[in-house]
Amino acid sequence: MGLPLMINNDDNNNNKVELSRVAVSDTHGEDSPYFAGWKAYDENPYDESHNPSGVIQMGLAENQVSFDLLESYLEKKNPEGSLWESKGSCGFRENALFQDYHGLKTFRQAMASFMEKIRGGKARFDPDRIVLTAGATAANELLTFILANPNDALLVPTPYYPGFDRDLRWRTGVRIVPIHCDSSNHFQITPEALETAYETARDANIRVRGVLITNPSNPLGATVQKKALEDLLDFCVRKNIHLVSDEIYSGSVFHASEFTSVAEIVENIDDVSVKERVHIVYSLSKDLGLPGFRVGTIYSYNDNVVRTARRMSSFTLVSSQTQHMLASMLSDEEFTEKYIRINRERLRRRYETIVEGLKKEGVECLKGNAGLFCWMNLGFLLNTNTKEGELELWDVILKELKLNISPGSSCHCSEFGWFRVCFANMSEKTLKIALKRIHEFMDRRRKVLNC
Amino acid sequence: MRLIVPLQGVVQGRGGLFVGSLIPCCLFYFLQLYLKRRRSPPPPDSDSTELPRTSSRSSLFTRGNSIGRVRVSSRAAPLAKPPDSPYYIGLDRVKTDPYHRVTNRDGIIQLGLAESTLCFDLLQRWMSENLMESLMMQSDVDGGFDVSSIAMYQPFEGLLEVRVAFADFMSRIMGGNVSFDPSNMVITAGGTPAVEVLAFCLADHGNAFLIPSPYYPGFDRDIKFRTGVELIPVHCRSSDNFTVTVSALEQALSQARKRGSKVSGILFSNPSNPVGNILSRETLHAILSFAQEKNIHVISDEIFAGSVYGDKEFVSMAEVAASGDFDKSRVHIIYGLSKDLSLPGFRTGVIYSFHEDVVSAAKKLMRFCSMPVPVQRILISLLSDTRFIEEYMAAHRQRIRDKHFLFVEGLKQLGIPCAESGGGLYCWVDMSSLLTSYSEKGELELFEKLLSVAKINATPGTACYCIEPGWFRCCFTALADEDIPVIMERIKLLAESSTS
Repeated sequence: MGLPLMINNDDNNNNKVELSRVAVSDTHGEDSPYFAGWKAYDENPYDESHNPSGVIQMGLAENQVSFDLLESYLEKKNPEGSLWESKGSCGFRENALFQDYHGLKTFRQAMASFMEKIRGGKARFDPDRIVLTAGATAANELLTFILANPNDALLVPTPYYPGFDRDLRWRTGVRIVPIHCDSSNHFQITPEALETAYETARDANIRVRGVLITNPSNPLGATVQKKALEDLLDFCVRKNIHLVSDEIYSGSVFHASEFTSVAEIVENIDDVSVKERVHIVYSLSKDLGLPGFRVGTIYSYNDNVVRTARRMSSFTLVSSQTQHMLASMLSDEEFTEKYIRINRERLRRRYETIVEGLKKEGVECLKGNAGLFCWMNLGFLLNTNTKEGELELWDVILKELKLNISPGSSCHCSEFGWFRVCFANMSEKTLKIALKRIHEFMDRRRKVLNC
Repeated sequence: MRLIVPLQGVVQGRGGLFVGSLIPCCLFYFLQLYLKRRRSPPPPDSDSTELPRTSSRSSLFTRGNSIGRVRVSSRAAPLAKPPDSPYYIGLDRVKTDPYHRVTNRDGIIQLGLAESTLCFDLLQRWMSENLMESLMMQSDVDGGFDVSSIAMYQPFEGLLEVRVAFADFMSRIMGGNVSFDPSNMVITAGGTPAVEVLAFCLADHGNAFLIPSPYYPGFDRDIKFRTGVELIPVHCRSSDNFTVTVSALEQALSQARKRGSKVSGILFSNPSNPVGNILSRETLHAILSFAQEKNIHVISDEIFAGSVYGDKEFVSMAEVAASGDFDKSRVHIIYGLSKDLSLPGFRTGVIYSFHEDVVSAAKKLMRFCSMPVPVQRILISLLSDTRFIEEYMAAHRQRIRDKHFLFVEGLKQLGIPCAESGGGLYCWVDMSSLLTSYSEKGELELFEKLLSVAKINATPGTACYCIEPGWFRCCFTALADEDIPVIMERIKLLAESSTS
């Protein structure tokens, strides 16, 4: 946390041309210890047939469980590529030339309709409030540029997605002040925790510009309760700050009724001065399993933010080709309804498989209801209840079990021993192998403890 | 008003005690109101974008006394205002009444956007024959379509195959004497993010780049908006055909230093925009020597490298840098397919740097602006189709050349000269003879007359920071041959009405 490191350009050669602070800063986070996990995976990736003893990647929140639905849709509705080709030369021409930062109207309408569907129609989305960005990463950074100045802060509840340290701070110069949450109440955000975080910032002379939450939460894999959202909005109104809700996993909630989007709360509010502090981030990377397409959106109830974000999106436009390719798919009601329903169901079953498998080994997880991962508690295995103890255990899991999972400390969790474990980026068979490795490890451990 | 009247009354002896106590009460009341407004809320930074208060209805949520409208950051504020550069104003005006040779013959003809549609027929044919195959890659397992090949996370800097394809393509179109190493390359979603990412890597907030002017107006937005890096124009003159000289760079640099500005590098485009001239090997060498001497960076925006139609040979800065005399690590190239391959909608950009730390930082920054995987797949297929690319580039150059000739000839017949150019999708036109006054004001008046009377959008030199008034950039590569006489006729009428 804090400002980027001082420049150290003058190693040996005084004539070496200088780089910027942004370029030499380590705010990108890729030098942090847990990146060793990624490296280990890259060097020895698990493969069902070719490398069954390799490292299984359980640190990447990617959704592969519903690829078959995408494939069959694209093959069926897309004979000879007609879905993706522009119709006639006029269509291609528009596609090739189109670089309007407003984005294709049909695509924005399709996104709005998809977002409504995910929320069971409990909130409406106006296509003209949708700003397109090349991914949610870009959306979060862009919003940070717009809502906060360098050295201002956003309050973010812990544990949070490690990428925020980079996405919200690196180029923007904005700080993150954590809102500490703990297991005593399932890591839910409390009004007290909000106030404490705000006071902490104020005492350090840091101006708070907003709160950014992920709902459903990454890494918890759980939705934020409606009451907590209302309290949060109330807090933001009282402090006159913004509320950003990253709802990138909204379509991955196992039971639709358990998700309350901030959009539903705002839907019933007329007061513009309350509404216009609310902004939602969404993307097709998780729910639709299309991270390679780079499609993100900012949905803002603030006209000024919409206008500004749109102009700033020139730095991160969604390819016209992508918009074209996805517009029909996302507006196909039959497909989206079926996809959302089946995807949720499969994710739920995966979640149950892993949680029950872990339970058999005496490992508890936080009660989750969404997302592509579970939040596992290995506190009882720590040698010391410290960050070092946690990283030691993580290293054992990586080296001995050959499982790359994400340690809670990388998510700024205030309690040690929690780990995020992704389960949707692999086949069921691979998941079972991962569970088997855990079983074997726990077995060995039990034997050691018993003698 | 209410203050003045009672005061007058008091002064003139009317009103007496009542007014005598009313005034101080009023004053006291207004003072309290003023102080209260000053106190809440107290933003240290100004936000000129705050909208006027509207009346609020009852809400579920508590609202304290000091709740105002929530603010955006001060750096976002300039973006909220409508653009004031004639470059953007002109583009917006065309949208209100765009020319169409059949359905809207009186509309505004767009000459302000550097886009080419000259070879769409070839691209369309390629797409219809190859798009499917390039996208719908097959699974090894069952031979059916494998969506994971386009759906999954891939390295943000671009697949190795697409970088290899770009490296090869760039080498071909830049004369074949320069080779590009794919590992020094990162692929982005457009030339706009390419320029911005480089600016973020090479300069801190408040530093500056020297930039030969006239320059592409979009750089103001691309470079300055979020990075806070300044652009210092280095004025070039028609006497040199607007080619930058080392003495001009020297002068600009020393003036910058006197002002306390730290210059981190030189940014220029080659072929240049808006003039369209090709920088000679000697000029490139001189720029690089200067940069070496001052220990600053060189960014060469070569986005029009494939759109060369004149006799002069295009030489990439990469070629000059590799010639061995220089510390290459200060050289960075920008490229993209928006101009040469007419695909601005696809969003294709390339950052090429000889500095490994810049490549490393740029790679990490690509998560904010990477090229989607399906587009990468299409481009791998397109750029490696060397037979098609050769045919396309030859046609592209020839057609620009032909159109250029027609356009420049048409202007010549009106007595309107153009700067010498050999590349780009535009020409740099000297309309000073049409100015009512040889000044920026005169030029902007002409710009407005061109827009509203002649109904032509051409970008005035002022928008490009040109120091000589009267120059306009006219893009001609989206025109049909039959549009050109229409344009010339309109300019002729305007010229005649100005002199009469």
